[in-house]
Amino acid sequence: MISLAGRDILHAWGKFVFTGVGLGLLIGVTLSMAGIYRGMVDDAEVLLDNSGADLWAVQKDTLGPYAEPSTLADDLYRGILTLPGVARAANVTYLTMQVRPVAPNQAAPNQTGVQAGSPAGDEAARERRAMIVGVVPGGFGEPGQPPFLVAGRHLTRGHYEAVADVTTGFRLGEQVRIRRNLYTIVGLTRRAVSSGGDPMVYIPLKDAQEAQFLKDNDAIIAQRRRTAANPVFNRPGQPEVLDAVLSAQTQSSSVNAILVRLEPGANADEVAADIRRWKHLTVYTRAEMNEILQAKLIATSARQIFMFLVILSVVSAAIVAFIIYTLTLGKIREIAVLKLIGTRNRTIAGMILQQALGLGVIGFVVGKTVATLWAPIFPKYVLLLPGDAARGFLVVVIICVLASLVAIRAALRVDPAEAIGG
Amino acid sequence: MNLPKPSRRVVVLLAVLVPLIGAFLWLALTSGPLAAVPVTLTTVEMRPVTPTLFGVGTVEARYTYRIGPTFAGRVRRVEVQVGDRVEAGQLLGEMDPVDLDDRVAAADAALHGAESGVVAARAQVGDAQARRDFAGAQVARYEQLLLSRTASEDTAEAKRQEAQVAEAGLALAVANLESAEQDLVRVRAEREALVQQRANLRLIAPVDALVVSRDAEPGSTVVAGQSVVEVIDPSRLWIDVRFDQLGAGALRADLGARIALRSLPLDTLPGEVLRIEPRADAVTEEFRAKIAFSTLPEPLPRLGELAEVTVALEPLEPAPALPNAALQRRDGQLGVWVLDDAGPRFVAVETGARDLEGWVQIRDGLASGDRVILHSRVPLRPGRRIEIVEQIPGLPR
Repeated sequence: MISLAGRDILHAWGKFVFTGVGLGLLIGVTLSMAGIYRGMVDDAEVLLDNSGADLWAVQKDTLGPYAEPSTLADDLYRGILTLPGVARAANVTYLTMQVRPVAPNQAAPNQTGVQAGSPAGDEAARERRAMIVGVVPGGFGEPGQPPFLVAGRHLTRGHYEAVADVTTGFRLGEQVRIRRNLYTIVGLTRRAVSSGGDPMVYIPLKDAQEAQFLKDNDAIIAQRRRTAANPVFNRPGQPEVLDAVLSAQTQSSSVNAILVRLEPGANADEVAADIRRWKHLTVYTRAEMNEILQAKLIATSARQIFMFLVILSVVSAAIVAFIIYTLTLGKIREIAVLKLIGTRNRTIAGMILQQALGLGVIGFVVGKTVATLWAPIFPKYVLLLPGDAARGFLVVVIICVLASLVAIRAALRVDPAEAIGG
Repeated sequence: MNLPKPSRRVVVLLAVLVPLIGAFLWLALTSGPLAAVPVTLTTVEMRPVTPTLFGVGTVEARYTYRIGPTFAGRVRRVEVQVGDRVEAGQLLGEMDPVDLDDRVAAADAALHGAESGVVAARAQVGDAQARRDFAGAQVARYEQLLLSRTASEDTAEAKRQEAQVAEAGLALAVANLESAEQDLVRVRAEREALVQQRANLRLIAPVDALVVSRDAEPGSTVVAGQSVVEVIDPSRLWIDVRFDQLGAGALRADLGARIALRSLPLDTLPGEVLRIEPRADAVTEEFRAKIAFSTLPEPLPRLGELAEVTVALEPLEPAPALPNAALQRRDGQLGVWVLDDAGPRFVAVETGARDLEGWVQIRDGLASGDRVILHSRVPLRPGRRIEIVEQIPGLPR
């Protein structure tokens, strides 16, 4: 039996394929939008995954450390370590700031021997906004450490080393400036991002504490002058008082959170209750932290994207339906001829349905392909889930079927007399 | 159905559709969850790991002398500038003596007076001695005359009494002389004390030293103990360095160290651990140690300059070792992904010593020569397809 649909497609294959490609681009945009939404949610989840923690102990009554500022004394973790059920506890600091690579001629040679071979002058252009994470060095696999690397090694020195996410664009062996110190990039990781999608740069905790709480040199000097001008601190006859005050002003022993990993089998809620009760800190479990990130931190922007996704899906569905409908109506004269020569309704309906499904399949394939191709170009992470693709395919097929049903109804009602110009 | 006629259109249609389907399938296999994960490999090596400590410290002077007055006063002059080298005993500055010079002059005069007083007292002793001798002679003569009955008993008695008076006068004169001499000693001592006080106002370098600060200018008043000039012993500089307590247990005195000053990051200077402070920093969780320069660089490192110190501890026996990037934590266990025929497999390991270059000794779980996944593009799962590459694609170059 001759496939009527096939014949018709072959008759006007160009129109058919290009319509399919056009539909495909539209579907591709919709899939990308779904990917952007998923990426946004995934950024928040991967932030929790990367921290490697089961519990987050933060300043009392704050939503820290990601959603709100939180400041803790850096020796509190010792008390938490002694609680039953706690396997590891590690201090961590988070600070989002601009990080700029340093021109090689200004920098010291690096330990890895990799020479950064960039032409001078592009360092300013390669400045990136990054989240600086201060972690306790030396303990790979400890809470807070990057979970895996794509190049180089973990932090080993207690100072002046950094592990960066690849999306920062920093090269292995390159030096970057964070506040007043230079850090050598010794390792690269992937998918280490803040909830806002900024790539992370891991540096040793002590340096991060300094970077977070230390002011720039001008501010420090101005502060010294201001303190020296204050007669309360600069007492005649007691010159030591000023020194003591100045030294107290430049100290920093705070962190943003304590990441707690539990022993296998320990009950997170019980340990969290212990920390709340005895250490007077606010503690979040993984589920609560996820809730904070999803429902509070990224809620509005994610909902914004989600709304747009819904509208885009509806519009895409409408356009797909209209195209299939008009494509069928464009062939109404040929359908009338078919009816005139006695073609059965089932055959005509089959032809329209097959064409609609063909269009849908081509559209989906094109859409999925272009979405996959242009996903890496997006500055933020686009996560194309196979599940989303499958759902998208199902929706495309259903819309095609529905649209073709409308078209079939129109085609079957056509008067065969129209074929001969009635 | 005749094939030749529609075949041209079919071919054209297929020419469009087949590459499209091909691209779709290729992308599905290379970018989704079905895609092979690019990984790089490493092998477990037998190698001696040299644990190394890295610390940051500041250049400090071992001996600092804060030279100032011992009581409050006004600075009269400061003879040295910051950066001057001074010798032991050199005058650095002087405090204003206020009335001290005048008091010394007064003491001088008092000394002269006391000396004159001694001379006078001595003369009086001579006078009294003469009187006593004369009175004694008179008594002897009148005793003779009394025996020969040419003088009366009264007269002789009067002479005796005169002799006793002269004796008492002599004793008085001697006592006066002693008193005058004591007075002289006192006045001299007092003058001496004033001169000492005067000398104490001179600020003297205790050793051969380098002037590092000039804290008070002439005319300013300082309190007792406040420094006017601060000098250091420039031949004894050391670095007060802090090492994280983590892994610093094998830190010992006399170990060699490499020092990189912040101003000269390209040069490393040799040094050695002088001592580890018995008191660790409880707040920062660091050990403090003093690192001495083997030979002092010229020009001298600036006090307070930041220095990075690397101390290589005793190298350990060769043992299986891995780069630390291979270690990952999975379900609470530290381990590595070992590659065997069935694909990647997670093996828990026990780690030992580690060094600053990222090598970690593996105590248990792996043998030398095992192939282990070093880097991977995404976190691995058991059974995930992998593709071995030289370098993970997509790294910035």
